[in-house]
Parts: sequence; structure tokens; C-alpha cells
Amino acid sequence: MTVIVDNGKCIGCGACIVECPLEALDLIDGIAVVNPEKCKDNGSCVEVCPTNALALDKPAPSVTEKEQVPVEAGSKKEFNKDEPLPESVQDYAQDNPRKIVKPKEAKPKDPNGWSGVWVVVEYNHGEIAPVSWELMGEGRKLADDLGCELASVVCGNQVDHVITEALAYGAEKVYVIDDPVLEYYRSEPYAEGITKLVQKYKPEIMLMGATAMGRDVFPAVATKMQTGLTADCTVLGIDPDTNLLLQTRPAFGGNIMATILCKKHRPQMATVRPRVMKMPERIEGREGQVIREELGIKEEDVFTKVVEFIKADAKSVFLDKAEIIVAVGLGIGSKKNMSIAEELAEVLGATMAGTRGAVEAGWLSHDYQVGQTGTTVRPKLYISIGISGAIQHLVGMERSDYIIAINNDCDASIFRVANYGIVGDLNEVVPAMTAEMKKRLQFGVAN
Amino acid sequence: MHYLICLKQVPDTSEVRIDPETNTLMREGVPSIINPYDAHALEEAIRLKESFGGKVTIICMGPPQAKEALKKAMSFGADRAILLSDRSFAGSDSLATAYILTVAIQKISETDPVDIVLCGKEAIDGDTAQTGPGIAQRLGFPQLTYVIKIREIDQGWITVERKTEGGREVAKAKLPVLLTAEKELNDLSYASLPNMMKASAYDPEVWDIKALPCDPSQMGLKGSPTSVSRIFAPSAKTGGEILDGTKDPTIVAGNVVEKMFQQNMIMVDPLAKGGK
Repeated sequence: MTVIVDNGKCIGCGACIVECPLEALDLIDGIAVVNPEKCKDNGSCVEVCPTNALALDKPAPSVTEKEQVPVEAGSKKEFNKDEPLPESVQDYAQDNPRKIVKPKEAKPKDPNGWSGVWVVVEYNHGEIAPVSWELMGEGRKLADDLGCELASVVCGNQVDHVITEALAYGAEKVYVIDDPVLEYYRSEPYAEGITKLVQKYKPEIMLMGATAMGRDVFPAVATKMQTGLTADCTVLGIDPDTNLLLQTRPAFGGNIMATILCKKHRPQMATVRPRVMKMPERIEGREGQVIREELGIKEEDVFTKVVEFIKADAKSVFLDKAEIIVAVGLGIGSKKNMSIAEELAEVLGATMAGTRGAVEAGWLSHDYQVGQTGTTVRPKLYISIGISGAIQHLVGMERSDYIIAINNDCDASIFRVANYGIVGDLNEVVPAMTAEMKKRLQFGVAN
Repeated sequence: MHYLICLKQVPDTSEVRIDPETNTLMREGVPSIINPYDAHALEEAIRLKESFGGKVTIICMGPPQAKEALKKAMSFGADRAILLSDRSFAGSDSLATAYILTVAIQKISETDPVDIVLCGKEAIDGDTAQTGPGIAQRLGFPQLTYVIKIREIDQGWITVERKTEGGREVAKAKLPVLLTAEKELNDLSYASLPNMMKASAYDPEVWDIKALPCDPSQMGLKGSPTSVSRIFAPSAKTGGEILDGTKDPTIVAGNVVEKMFQQNMIMVDPLAKGGK
């Protein structure tokens, strides 16, 4: 006589818990659990479940039957299908017309005036993070789908050249706060400045790179605005029916993809993983409107100071931030042979790394170990030399954008995750690759 | 000094998978652990307490069985552990979670003001890294995220090293402050036997909605602006191309390098003049 939960399908979103008028559901260990003493099978939870994880134990009772169900004292409300649907169900109905048939209305522009797609440009220590421009490309598509404007936000000290770049990458407007307090990135003044712009100009969507800076400032802005923020998205889109931003991101360590919505709060905010979106074309001399605002914060009122910035090169960069990695395993044979891999890394400006075996052999320090007991990496390119591919190693590198593997054993598991694998003697193959790279890269790598 | 740790109990995510055929979560028998980054935050607090003296309080929001994570955490030498558990907290997104944790920290601070809040940089089941900064914002504390080293605490200011894409940043902030911990912050120690015995007898306090004056409209599902609309399995990585490099290694290596350039795995810098 109770609702049945399919534990495999339940994602623990809790929609059913809010919906149940009898408070018969609980979220236990991330799964909805029905309290059989309270559940009266009224079915409201079944309707709202986004993954169809809930089912009635028996066919839905008729209205007359339902009227006979005694409602416990203190329960908030009784479900009655003649009453208007609860708000959250109505929302859901718009996304899923299959389940609850409701006439679809064309969505007008946001009635409260939230409009436009904004990309916050990451500019710090004199450098612009490339993900800022990747997002201009993606932002263009979203703005076109919505029929709205694409704008950039530039914060910093003496940023005129950044404004020029933002226009070249397609901004129709650039919102600027240029102030000496913004010389280096710090959470408080940046969050304050961006929030000021948001409150005044009301963008519908805001994007920023999912970098140390984007993931530091956006949560602060979202909290100030009391709106939703989705971290580290890899796919964005606009729902054609609701005009909502579809924010898709990996969850549970990348084993699952989830699409997140921010239905009622504005702006809809997302940080986006670098190197996922395509870099748009840069057109020199493009023009647009530049809107400047004051920061209005004095240095003495900021309680964070940047003391020093120690810039990393390929050898000292944190492994999980490296763009190109050359990794070695025990197959390389000896410490002397490390030079084969090091020469390739040198040509590519790559960071060296190794398996647990290579680290235990003393060829590299533990800081450069990739895998379960080391670091999980996600570079653009991972070149694996003499690595067989134990599962503990694979979990630490399989989400690299591209994997090239060189190993003499054609059955090595590393080949299962490689885009290109070369079966052969690394002493021959790797130097040949290095020589070919040298020829092509005489003018340097663009990463 | 009063150090406060925000800790989360998480499923060991390396073992959570989605069944590609039924499109459902497979989590039978997945063990629960203390979120690894939170363990480093706790370790650092214990070390600070050992150097400078003070007190370590742990808070954790979760279901009743998260008490186990708190008992485990106590065995490393913390002084107090509080579980924030109420069915109305369930379904909170990062905005709502930060709200509930902030209300708890404010309540604790009424009798015992907190100087340093330490969180893990993110939880491994959600990877959002948003709850820590959300708490700092609500408390009005400066935030130092992605901390890999605490250099010093002196005259009411803390100096740390932070991990960023371009390198390491040395920054300082005025106490009270909120830090989020990277794994590089420290190496985890083992619990001592006396602490383990103390922890096994310890019963964490449990605060429900009656104990915490939370605004119902800001917590749980109702207080969460974001919602999951769909889950699916990521597209499986298609098998790559395996080439035989035993006979003619130079040619095969050359072909692969060619493909690496064609597919933009490596890009030639058009602006660079001269060799690297």
C-alpha cells in the first residue's frame, strides 16, 4: 500500500519530499525512502519525480477512494487532483509535457527586465585566461538563441587593452570597472564590483571560466544575489520552450552527467570548464559600447592583500593545472632513460609525470605521481611512455582531452583509453617523435 | 584560537557509476567516507591547535548516519562535533547548504567566537567548490581558497600560499577568515590511540531545525535556486587507433605527430619568433 522507490533510478533530488503532503518521504543516504506508516499512495510524489523512480504500488485510486483516505492530524494538505497543481509541478510540466499535459505558452522576455548574456573576463597578473574568449564564442550562441545582447565584464587596473580584446572577440557591450584596488584579483573587491554591475544592468545569464579565480568569485556573487550557480559546466544550451539555460556538468567524479536548471532566480550563473568550448574568431577593430562604473571601495577597507605571485613554468606547475604532460612508467627501464622522455617534454614545454612505480623507483618525486594515490590530471594532451595502464593509474588520467600511448605490449590496458597508441620500442619511437616535433615547433608552442 | 571545520560525508565516488543500459545510478555497497579535502582541512586545524593552542569544532550537515564520520573525525583530536540534521535540510543546493552552515557557525560563535573556518576546497561527490565561499560571504569573512600552505599567523593576519593556474599566490587576510584546503596543505596523520578511545565514546551533538533558527524559505529544496532536471551517462570514450611501430618506428611516429597537429592537440604559436 505504499509508493515504491526504484533505488537505481532515484538521484536523491528530493522533489518528492517537498511534494508529499503527508511527509511520508525522507532522504536517507541520498535516496528517497518511503515511511509506510504515513504513505497513503496519493501519488503526488510520482508526478514530480524527474527520473521516474517512483511508482504506485497499485493502480491510482479513484477520487472517491481518495476521499475516504483519512488524513492524519497535522498534515499540511491533502492532494486533490481537481485543485490547481502545486507550483513546482507546474514548472515541471513545462519541461515535461509528456507527463502532465498543460497548454504550452510562448515564453515572453523576462518580465523583470533581466536580459543579456555576460561573460566575465579573467584578467590577472597581466594575463587574460583564454577560457574568457572561449566563453565569448559560446555566449554568442546563447545570446543568438535568446535574441539578446552579448556583453563582457572587465575588472582590473588599467584595462583598456583588455576592452579592445573583448570587443575583438565579439562583445557588443563591455562593462568596465577600472580601479587601482583591482590591480590583483581578490575575492572581496571583485565580487563587490561585479555584483554592483549585475544589480544595475540585470543580465539574464552570466558565465565565467571554472578556474581558481572564476570558482572563487562567482560563488561570492551568487550569494550576494541569492541566485543559483552551477560549477564546472561542460555543455550549455537554451531550452527552446522555457528559455532557461541548460547547464550540463559532470557529477560524481565524472561518472555521471547532470543537467541543472535555475528556474526562478536571476541571473542564471555558471562556471565553465576551460578548453571545452571552441575559441571564436578574433576580428581586429570591432567596435562596441563601453560602459564604465566606479568601484567605490578604498584599499584600507579590503582585508585581503596579495603579498607575492610566484609564476610557474612547465617544471614547477601543479600537475593538475598542467596543459601538456609527458608521463613515464616502469617500462622506461632506468633513470638514465628518463632523458628520452625529458627531451620530448622539453620540446613541447610539457610537465613530466609518472606512475606510482616510476615514483617508487625514485625517478620522480611524489608530487609528480598520477593516479589514485597521486594526482588526478586533466591536461589537454597526455603522452604516456612505457606505462601499462593499471586501473589505479587510469583513473587519474583517463579524462585527459587527448591521450597518446607508447608501449611495447599490444595488450597493455593503456591502449584502451588512448586516442593513438603506438606499439613499439620506446627507445626508437619517442626520439623519432621528438625529432619530428622539433622540426614543426621551431617557432614555439601556443599553449 | 577557535578553529571550525565544515565536514561532509560523501560516497567514495571512484566507485559510483551509471549503468549505461538502464541509465541509473549503481551505488550498491558504495562506502561512505569523510570528504578527502575536508580531512586535510581538519588535519591543518589540529596542527594549528598543537602549535598555537585553542579549540577545534567540527560541523557536518547530513543524515543521522553521518554521525559516524564525525566520530571518526573526533579521533584525530578535535574537541567538539555537531551534526546538523533535519529532514527539512535535505535537498539543499550549495546556496542553501552555505546558509544552514552559516547559521550554525553564528550560533556557535555566540558563546565561542570562531577565528578560522576551514573547509575542503570541494566535496568529491559534487565538485562545486561553492559552499566554502558562500559561507565566507554570509559571515562577512575574507576568503582564501585553494590553500596549499599556511605560512604564518601574526597580529591578527594569516598568510597563506594559494594554488592557481599560473602559479602560487602568497596572500594574507585579516582574521576571522575562511580558508579552503587543497590536498597539498599537509599529509594526513594517524589517529592516536587515546584519541581513538575518546572518540569511540563520544556522542556528537545533533542540531535539528528546532536548535537552529533557520529561515525555511532559504533552506532545503525550497531554498535552492538550482535543480537537477536530468541525469545521464557520459558518452563512452571510443577506442582509439593502435599502430604497429615495431617495423618502421620513424614513419609511424611521424604519422602520429602529424595527427596531433591536425587535431590541434598541439598548436604552433603564430606570434613566437625563434625557438622555445
